[in-house]
Amino acid sequence: MGFFTDSSVCIGCKACEVACKEWNEVPDLKPAWSGNSYDNTLRLGANSWRHVAFVERVRQDDAAGVRWLMSSDVCKHCTRAACLEVCPTGAIFRSEFGTVVVQDDVCNGCGYCVVACPFGVIERREDDGRAFKCTLCYDRLKVGEQPACAKACPTASIQFGPVEELREAAQARLEQVRGQPGGEEARLYGADEGDGVGGFGAFFLLLDRPEVYGLPPRPEYRRRDVVTMWGAASVAAWLLVGGLAGALRWRR
Amino acid sequence: MNSDCVVVMGSNMAECHPVAFQWVVEAQKRGGKLVHVDPRFTRTSALADLHIPLRAGSDIAFLGGLIHYVLENQRYFRDYVVNYTNAATIIDERFLDTEDLDGFFSGWNQDQGMYDNRTWQYRGGSVWAAAGQRTAPAPQGDGVVVAGEVPFEDPSLEDPHCVFQLLRRHFSRYTEEMVERACGVPADQFRRLAELICDSSGPERTTCFVYAVGWTQHTVGVQYIRTAAILQLLLGNMGRPGGGILALRGHANIQGATDIATLFDVLPGYLPMPMVQDAADLDGFCRPHGGAAGGYWGNLKAYLVSLLKAYWGDAATADNQFAFHYLPRLTGDHSTYQSTLGMVDGTVKGFFVLGENPAVGSAHGTLHRRGLRNLDWLVVRDLYEIETAGFWYDSPEVAAGEVRSEEIGTEVFFLPAAAHTEKDGSFTNTQRLLQWHERAIDPAGDRRSELWFAYWLGRRIREKLEGRQVDRDRPVLDLTWEYPLEGDQQEPRAEAVLREISGVAADGSPLPGLGALRDDGSTSSGTWIYCGAYAGGQNQTSRRRPHWEQSWVAPEWGWAWPMNRRVLYNRASADPSGRPWSERKRYLAWDAEQGRWTGPDVPDFPVDRAPSYKPPPGASAENSLPGDRPFVMQADGRGWLFAPSGLLDGPFPTHYEPQESLTRNPLYEQEANPARQRFLRPDNPYHPTAGEEGADRFPFVMTTYRLTEHHTAGGMSRFLARLSQLQPEMFCEVSPELAELRRLRHGGWATIVTARASIEARVLVTARVTPLRVQGHQLHQVGLPYHWGSRGLVRGDSANDLFPLVLDPNVHIQEVKAATCDIRPGRRADQPPS
Amino acid sequence: MAAVERREEPAERPLVPRERPRSYYGLPIVRRPAWTWEVPLYFFTGGTAGALAAVSILARWSGQHRMGRSARRMALAGALVSPALLISDLGRPARFLNMLRVLRPTSPMSLGSWTLAGFGTALGMAEAADLAGLPVAVTGTMEGAAGILGPILANYTAVLLGDTANPTWRGGRHLLPFVFSGSSLAAAGGALCLAGPGEGRAASRRMVVVGTALEQAAFLAMESQLGPLAEPYRTGRGGRLAQAHRRASWAGALLVLAGRRSPLLQRLGGALALGSSALLRQAVYRAGFQAADDPAYLVESQES
Repeated sequence: MGFFTDSSVCIGCKACEVACKEWNEVPDLKPAWSGNSYDNTLRLGANSWRHVAFVERVRQDDAAGVRWLMSSDVCKHCTRAACLEVCPTGAIFRSEFGTVVVQDDVCNGCGYCVVACPFGVIERREDDGRAFKCTLCYDRLKVGEQPACAKACPTASIQFGPVEELREAAQARLEQVRGQPGGEEARLYGADEGDGVGGFGAFFLLLDRPEVYGLPPRPEYRRRDVVTMWGAASVAAWLLVGGLAGALRWRR
Repeated sequence: MNSDCVVVMGSNMAECHPVAFQWVVEAQKRGGKLVHVDPRFTRTSALADLHIPLRAGSDIAFLGGLIHYVLENQRYFRDYVVNYTNAATIIDERFLDTEDLDGFFSGWNQDQGMYDNRTWQYRGGSVWAAAGQRTAPAPQGDGVVVAGEVPFEDPSLEDPHCVFQLLRRHFSRYTEEMVERACGVPADQFRRLAELICDSSGPERTTCFVYAVGWTQHTVGVQYIRTAAILQLLLGNMGRPGGGILALRGHANIQGATDIATLFDVLPGYLPMPMVQDAADLDGFCRPHGGAAGGYWGNLKAYLVSLLKAYWGDAATADNQFAFHYLPRLTGDHSTYQSTLGMVDGTVKGFFVLGENPAVGSAHGTLHRRGLRNLDWLVVRDLYEIETAGFWYDSPEVAAGEVRSEEIGTEVFFLPAAAHTEKDGSFTNTQRLLQWHERAIDPAGDRRSELWFAYWLGRRIREKLEGRQVDRDRPVLDLTWEYPLEGDQQEPRAEAVLREISGVAADGSPLPGLGALRDDGSTSSGTWIYCGAYAGGQNQTSRRRPHWEQSWVAPEWGWAWPMNRRVLYNRASADPSGRPWSERKRYLAWDAEQGRWTGPDVPDFPVDRAPSYKPPPGASAENSLPGDRPFVMQADGRGWLFAPSGLLDGPFPTHYEPQESLTRNPLYEQEANPARQRFLRPDNPYHPTAGEEGADRFPFVMTTYRLTEHHTAGGMSRFLARLSQLQPEMFCEVSPELAELRRLRHGGWATIVTARASIEARVLVTARVTPLRVQGHQLHQVGLPYHWGSRGLVRGDSANDLFPLVLDPNVHIQEVKAATCDIRPGRRADQPPS
Repeated sequence: MAAVERREEPAERPLVPRERPRSYYGLPIVRRPAWTWEVPLYFFTGGTAGALAAVSILARWSGQHRMGRSARRMALAGALVSPALLISDLGRPARFLNMLRVLRPTSPMSLGSWTLAGFGTALGMAEAADLAGLPVAVTGTMEGAAGILGPILANYTAVLLGDTANPTWRGGRHLLPFVFSGSSLAAAGGALCLAGPGEGRAASRRMVVVGTALEQAAFLAMESQLGPLAEPYRTGRGGRLAQAHRRASWAGALLVLAGRRSPLLQRLGGALALGSSALLRQAVYRAGFQAADDPAYLVESQES
């Protein structure tokens, strides 16, 4: 199961942010005005599991001159999830719904997932020490409910369902949006199993390039990189031993 | 959702009504277009297919331009216009237009500052208004009170005194060039919109208009909506699926609060409140000139008697005219701002505030807080101790040391209110839909529902009055005040109240609908338009059948007044002979074989009323209307392009400048609405307007608005961390050009100055605000959200403090969508520099 | 990187957006580490201890018993300090044992934790066996075990950094192990120069020189491979640390060479070699902050 977030109908109401916080009892942020358009949440983190980005753009090729892009960001629940793969305690697991969830009774706050996540989603909560992120409302899914954010979204910008079905719907929607003014740069983000993380469980229809919304253009996590790295490390270890041996035997 | 084009104007729908906006998105997904006409580029504009920035306060010129375009390019829906509007009706030849009198209509009385509307009447007959100022003017000469047919009409629409020709003449100068001059909208943009609207209207298509307080909060607010109504009637977009004019309401139950009489001049169901000068007897009041109105208002007496029976039960008898004399009589304007001034002047001693935060939400908050300080007592019921309750120790005036708490004599009673999750009740939303909500938990602590408060306050007052034997106490003591009480808190049963509002017959059985109401005292109903909400002894408003289990109109979701009707005036969805205008827009249709109207909705008038029906002589009320008259509330059954009565400021909308404007009225010598309500007093100074000396001291236009993240004056959002963190500070929105001009730094501070107040705000420089070219000058607009106040988790200055009191004459609403100001960099003088 | 939008203070920036924004208000995309000062210090202590353990067993085999024991004790000290540092950095230190709850081959930290645990245990047992006077074979086996784990401990932390989303760390993932190995070797030599027995001085000096050469060569190669992503090693705090590291490194090597006859210079050189190794971990760690904070690095690296 997963999310399809269709940013072309996002109205930036932030109902997803509030519903998420209410349901998951996510701590509040310290109120601070950023001046970054209407975004005062700024990014995903331990205390913001949904984040609506507001992008103001002036375009010469647009009759109105101004565009205001909004998109609700969330944990991508990657098919190849770096956070899960690097977690040394097994606190992060893949659920029966295909989602990626942190068990907060296991997490010891090692912080490795924080640097591993290609999207900067997961974060260690300062006053708590453990890492937190979207659970895709694991508790709600277990009782047959949809996640709080999708339920609260008034314009169906956030859709929840089986990922395969969502991908089909997304493809159809993309074709519709591409045909409209302002849809020239529309694209699906994370809907492709061949991408760097094997596709997202939570993917997006964006109206501009990913980095404009604060998303990495080509996120990547591959297990075979770990193998080659260990290979390099082994060679380096042998070099160390060799160098050492040389140094020691030099005297003989 | 069924619209081919949605024009949002005077509203920021996506931002302020996100839940309703889902249907606009749905319409777009079905191929409909969304147009947003607004001074700012908002979250609504972000999703719109077309955004047109216009000068705040120039909407009538803009819409008038559209009317001009429709008329001159023959784009109106002629069959609809001839049959369903009063276009053909001949008007009294003494009527003179603003084109004749340079900004005035005939009948202006300079001394009284108001119009006499006798010359605005139909030739040979006077007409009751269905809304607004409701007393019918005295009949003219041998004239009659119109009920059904009008005395004179010209279906060819060529008579120079017919409404159609008057309309053409009235808007003859509202050309593209005029729109460009008055609104700052380039002609090509305007034409693009005009063509889109016309292409999206007619038999096959429908366009709807959506507005909110961006239209109402002006000194010509009512006429803004009138202009849209005229346009929609010309295009044939009323009473049809996907058409109409949608008034978005700012709270979950504002519509319900209006329906059931929180306004001083209407009784529940928009029954007129008697004035002291009205007839003292019931019949005289309901038939002031010997003739009742045509259409459903002809049943006024049945509705009123049923209300009186609901109020006073057995004490209301035929012998005492159903206690009509118990109703208080109005002596004049007792609207909100009159009460505010009464508080300042010491004539209003006590004040109840329920679910409102006037210290922040009302125009000229400084004056309002002065009024609060001058009261003997004040009762505030709210979820939190809002600014209106805490004004005596926490307000800008106290902070600035202008007043000291110990010098304020007001006795403040703050009573915590229950939230909607803690009580049963109904919400009536924008589309007149009543939806029941159940209590999830009992109110904790001292929190109580409004129902509990009103009921128990009534009980205590009655206990105090018991045994006094004073006549004037009778209306209170005779009130029916019996409701079953439930639970430890002795909460009156809300469904019992709904049952009373819906109404019962003499034997106590619930009424099926408003057709059953009688004027002989055999029925009682608290609000005639809600009659049937409890039909069959079932709470119809609690129905929640999902839309996929019923017809696309979803009649079994909640209950819509009147009669569970989802589209008003739906007779207009079929042509005069009862056939749908088109298959694509099929809604109701006359089935001659069955002899009844068929379709997914409840028809507007008796289901078996044939299109060919001609009223027999002496027919009254709805029976006086022929079978091809859809506008069943109007005396002549037609949509009014020309409003002969009901309005205080003219039968046609006319472009007037706001009270405070940087622009001369490009059309008339008369600058502003002559009938606007002004308060010329030292504590309510107005800025000089364009052309007057000193006007350049306030060289920018300001407008107020809301953000999704907050709730109006903040009582329901600024005290909640979840919402406060989303928009934590007061800010103003300015264009890069204005920022350059005034050296405003993005992220820094600015002070906005008017003759009323100075407030400070963070500066958001954004290209979403664009300077307009108006009459050759660059006009800058300052955008101000108005959510903040001195209390709550996030605090800031209140934008409404900047505005003066100046009101629309019809509904007494304040003009806060357009006024003038100055803006300077830096914080207020009494703040430490940042 | 000059053409890439830099992170700026919001207050100074006009809101009018660029024609083609390259980031979201300059906000970071990936996160900087949540780790505290203990972690780069552990990279140093663990790495040095790992190399020293290898010295210990190799010295035993080559008959330099005093040097072997000395190296082992130093390694043991490192093996004791290291877990303390790591546990102290945890968000929930009480749950440190969860590190050994599972063995996850895809997680360098998991493998590293097991390695460190085994390493520490082996060294501890070797020391205990030695003290208890158990047969040399027991001590030797334990030393051997630690000696095998040691070189892994010396550079697995480079794998750990490489296996993240941080563009500069990730970009150097195949060369950073060589940098760390070289640095660990130099540090082990430095430690022995500083406090080792006289009999191993020459070998220690060679360790410093060989380690430094390896480290510096690998670092240069890594920088060249990183291209624009090497900028965090040249600017800001990361750049300053990297420069300090480089200078200390070369100075250390030169001093130990020059200190062939001067124990004082040799000690000084050893201390510099040790310090430079600690500085290296700091530099790499801090460069990661810079690389994470400016989204341009990530965007540019993923676009090319």
